[in-house]
Amino acid sequence: MNSLIAGVILILCLSSYFFGRSEARKLVTQNIKLKALPAYYGYYLSLWCGLPALIIFGCWSLFEPTIIKVLILNNFPQIESKDLFYEQTLSFFNGNFSGEITNEIKAASIKYSSINIIAQNSKIVIIAAALIGSLTFAYRKIQNNNKARDDVEIILKVLLFTSSLVAILTTVGIIVSLLFESLKFFSTINIFEFIFGTSWSPQRAFVRDASAITPEELLELQDAFGSVPLFAGTAFIALIAMCVAVPIGLFSGIYLAEYASTKVRKYSKPIIEILAGIPTVVYGFFAALTVGPFFRTLGESLGLTVSSESALAAGLIMGVMIIPYISSLSDDVINSVPQSLREGSYAVGATKSETIKKVVIPAALPGIIGSILLAVSRAIGETMIVVMAAGLAANLTINPLESTTTITTQIVMILVGDQEFDSPKTQAAFALGLTLFIATLILNYIALRVVKKYREKYD
Amino acid sequence: MELNNSKIKIKAKNLNVYYGKKQALFDINLDINQKEVTALIGPSGCGKSTFIRCINRMNDVIDICKVEGSVEIDGAEINEKNVDVVTLREKVGMVFQKPNPFPKSIYDNIAYGPIIHGAAENKDQMDNIVETSLKKAALWDEVKDRLNEPGTSLSGGQQQRLCIARALSVNPEVILMDEPCSALDPIATAKIEELIDDLKKSYTIVIVTHSMAQAVRVSQKTGFFHLGKIIEVDSTDKIFKNPANKMTQDYITGRFG
Repeated sequence: MNSLIAGVILILCLSSYFFGRSEARKLVTQNIKLKALPAYYGYYLSLWCGLPALIIFGCWSLFEPTIIKVLILNNFPQIESKDLFYEQTLSFFNGNFSGEITNEIKAASIKYSSINIIAQNSKIVIIAAALIGSLTFAYRKIQNNNKARDDVEIILKVLLFTSSLVAILTTVGIIVSLLFESLKFFSTINIFEFIFGTSWSPQRAFVRDASAITPEELLELQDAFGSVPLFAGTAFIALIAMCVAVPIGLFSGIYLAEYASTKVRKYSKPIIEILAGIPTVVYGFFAALTVGPFFRTLGESLGLTVSSESALAAGLIMGVMIIPYISSLSDDVINSVPQSLREGSYAVGATKSETIKKVVIPAALPGIIGSILLAVSRAIGETMIVVMAAGLAANLTINPLESTTTITTQIVMILVGDQEFDSPKTQAAFALGLTLFIATLILNYIALRVVKKYREKYD
Repeated sequence: MELNNSKIKIKAKNLNVYYGKKQALFDINLDINQKEVTALIGPSGCGKSTFIRCINRMNDVIDICKVEGSVEIDGAEINEKNVDVVTLREKVGMVFQKPNPFPKSIYDNIAYGPIIHGAAENKDQMDNIVETSLKKAALWDEVKDRLNEPGTSLSGGQQQRLCIARALSVNPEVILMDEPCSALDPIATAKIEELIDDLKKSYTIVIVTHSMAQAVRVSQKTGFFHLGKIIEVDSTDKIFKNPANKMTQDYITGRFG
């Protein structure tokens, strides 16, 4: 039914475009000077036809179930668990209810069916009225030769604004939910214990409602959520990754921007950028199945104990994954250093490498730093590789050969499988998510500021 | 002006330049005299800039550019493989159309060249080079108290004099100027012209200019380029008062270009 209504609206939209355009052309043949091209009158009519009807249709579909529910439940004030009752009524109405059928359910179901029919009919009537009303309104406007161009501009502006509003509101929603869940977590677990505690063992938090935890248990739980090992592990792996990615990425960026011929550049840049297109899960099992065991055998032959899941393997592969971010971005910033600076340097007799070292890189440095910071925040937020290759044990260690763990890995571990939503263990994931979010937000902010400052310098 | 008595510093013979398949210069023969100012005039795209970039082999940095023919400085060919470009460019400095100070301090902008060539043994010598270069470029008095500020903080005219000082810092013999005043206002232009007049006592200067008035004011010899060819070269006086070629006449009187 709903898809039929939507289909009719869309077909009407389409046909009203052609109708509006041909109406406008008719005006032209009557020697009336139009205020916009005929196509604009088509768009105008089409938008007026579609938008009000679609908006009403959307709102109706959104609120209809709630309103019907309230209407029905009002008839049964004596029922205790109203939600359950309503669910049962609906499934009975749909013919897939398998429990004990009470008289109330039968009555409610009959009520539901009658309300539903009324709702359907009135929906169709209202939408049809909206369609006819807005079409007539817009058609009159066209006959009066309105400024269709300006009106279409305004409608489009509103449409675009609404889209960006959706994106912004979603972001705000995510942040608010993170914040609230984290606040719940910090109401059971001391925030300082969380930030400064050095022992992470969330499995000690029983899968149970936070409100049911006894004071003794709570006391014992306090030191189970020390996030320091996670932050240390995250930073450590990110550091290893940067040790790999910064030199290789930067040098290949310099090569591409300064030395590579147009032909080499044309082919090698996309190839390097393919690295960025490989799904991280592929890097993950490459790290876990190939690189990890390789280091282990290598370590054994040298007499070292290497855990098969090690920070080194994860960091190394993560570094490889990040190379294209740095090389591509630094290639861009080096390219945007004005040629005149290079020529100025050559003109006093500097060689190419002297010019790069002393003029080009210093000039591009803010941009390069920006690209590195962006890469760092990418490394910190990366999940798949570390889940597969770094291990789960929250060791506070600086030995790259031992297994370690990161914030993202722990969030995954906490939320995998069935979880009681109210247990401190689950809420800890939100707290970790929030801190991770704040950390990457700060890094991104700094990176963007640095890059922006750099842009202003040459524009 | 006794043209024939002046010593020839730069001699271009049968010079052809190509950008990819397009030929930019056709068979250029031009002599540039020592310690005087030679102006190159002509409409946009006529090859003036391409020509002066041949004198310090700046065209080397353009991949698709190919240079044929000969350019001699003091009788020595520069277009040969074994010529050291670094030494050549130390001898032939260049100032560009748009001021291009490095994003460094004023001091470091000047010290850049001498450091690369190892010209100073200690800080005092370097200070000395910086001071002399800035004085020669008539910028010292304006910047002596702010040597550590970025070169880009100067005004356009000051930036261009900074670039001239940078070119002078490595003690060149020839200075190439590619429309050095085209991005400057009249007052800054007047200062640069005054400076050029002063510099010609010690340096050979080749200046590309769009302004015929500027060519008259600063140069002793003028070459008129058109579509990659040299149409006429003579003393500036002769070119602007009594040109031999009809095309030169048309150009300097503003009938085309």
